[in-house]
Amino acid sequence: MKSIKRIALGIGLLFFTFIMTGCGEAAADVDIAERIDEQETPILNWGVKADTNLFGYYNIESGEVEGFDIDIAKALTEEMTNGTGEAKFVEVTSKTRIPLLKNGKIDGIIATMTISEERKKEVDFSDVYFNGGQSLLVPEDSEINDIEDLTEDHTILAIKGSSSTQNMRELAPQVNVLDLENYGEGFVALQSGQGDALTTDSAILLGMIDTNPDYRLAGSNFTDEPYGIAINKGQENFLDRLEKALETIQGNGVYDEIYDKWFGEILPADSPNTASTSTTGAANNAPENEGESGDNQ
Amino acid sequence: MIGLLEQYWPLLLEGFINTLIVSIIALLSSLIIGTIMGMLQLSANKIVRTIVNIYVEFFRNIPLLITVMFFYVVVPMYWMNISGFAAGIIGLTIYTSSFIADNIRAGILTVPAGQMEAALSQGMKQIQVMRYVILPQAIRIVLPPLGNQFINLVKNSSVLAMVTGLDLMYYGDFVAMETFNTFDTYILVGLIYLVITLPLTFATRKLEAKLGVNDN
Repeated sequence: MKSIKRIALGIGLLFFTFIMTGCGEAAADVDIAERIDEQETPILNWGVKADTNLFGYYNIESGEVEGFDIDIAKALTEEMTNGTGEAKFVEVTSKTRIPLLKNGKIDGIIATMTISEERKKEVDFSDVYFNGGQSLLVPEDSEINDIEDLTEDHTILAIKGSSSTQNMRELAPQVNVLDLENYGEGFVALQSGQGDALTTDSAILLGMIDTNPDYRLAGSNFTDEPYGIAINKGQENFLDRLEKALETIQGNGVYDEIYDKWFGEILPADSPNTASTSTTGAANNAPENEGESGDNQ
Repeated sequence: MIGLLEQYWPLLLEGFINTLIVSIIALLSSLIIGTIMGMLQLSANKIVRTIVNIYVEFFRNIPLLITVMFFYVVVPMYWMNISGFAAGIIGLTIYTSSFIADNIRAGILTVPAGQMEAALSQGMKQIQVMRYVILPQAIRIVLPPLGNQFINLVKNSSVLAMVTGLDLMYYGDFVAMETFNTFDTYILVGLIYLVITLPLTFATRKLEAKLGVNDN
């Protein structure tokens, strides 16, 4: 009896170690580009946000996640697989997206993820697909009009694991920064007065103003935050295809269509603050340059 | 993991201390409130009994996170400003006290009703009967489940991380996000929780032995 117990314990421990170390890497080691070629209906799993208005938002009526990121992912999947593939979506948060990518649950992240040097050590990024920037959301009657107005008496709400919380701590070290789980909780905490302002990318804040007109942005963006698509390291072929597909849709009007659909009204492509990365003609001659110069820095 | 501890120990220490403070305050207040509620559940007054039963069954049967969120978000919106730290303590106290009330009630019920009648017939007041006859016996029955509640309380305090409560889990999240070393960070945080819960377990065992819980 005793020996059986011991063997069972041994197997259990072995299994545990196996789960902890082996499995994840094996799943992430598969060459995704090869997988696309081999399968008849290749499926690409994209990690997307489901709580972010305009980018990835769960629509209760249709039962699906919808947004700019979703449409870009669909367009890229179609482009990369010559129309034979299917894009599947996995809900991620700023906190879970890198672990999920690393253990192979998702093939790529299109989840309002800013390209940063620190993250580049962990994952590979595609070219910029959206020019974001950080801003402050405040109630209409707030006395804060710019990041310069912040003092040590102010409490700023941010989102756990986002680069906006790190930027805030660096740019305004005197301010008290509190991190919440997601944008929804962040906004609710702002509403209930747990902080004086909420900081994250302006496009997301604009999405909040869209449904809550009592709030406004305090000043213009104070950072350049280019959004990129993240994939695992060691997937050079997949990255290559991704880059090409992105370039194609930015040039052939597909990207413009998607951009207009989601941001046409609140952040038009021809406004000076445009976030579009399209490379097509008319709409983005002057503004395009401004956006691009932001990336090169 | 050692590297993480070296680099982030001030943050983790602050989280550890906050978790400890939250646990101690919530533990004491939920024990007091829970014991009173447990006794009131057996009150002769039907109105009191009904009100207390509603309190216990309501908070025992909704997720702790909802209670805490209520105090973090809704209360400041309409009544008064309370921080995430305070909201967490209040939520934990209410939640745990409803479980403790139920344990105490069950413990009191194990003492035969005849003892209450006998003591009352000797001229003792009801509160004296509780204090000198019923509770000393009930505590021996109740101690093991109470120990469980205390351990759960410490672990449940991680809910503070969701409401900027600056507890161990909050800073654990912060370190995990900053280093991207999710695995090591959470294992480390788990080990730090053991530093609180294991002594608590041993203390309850000791107390059980002292009160002779197992030698009836």
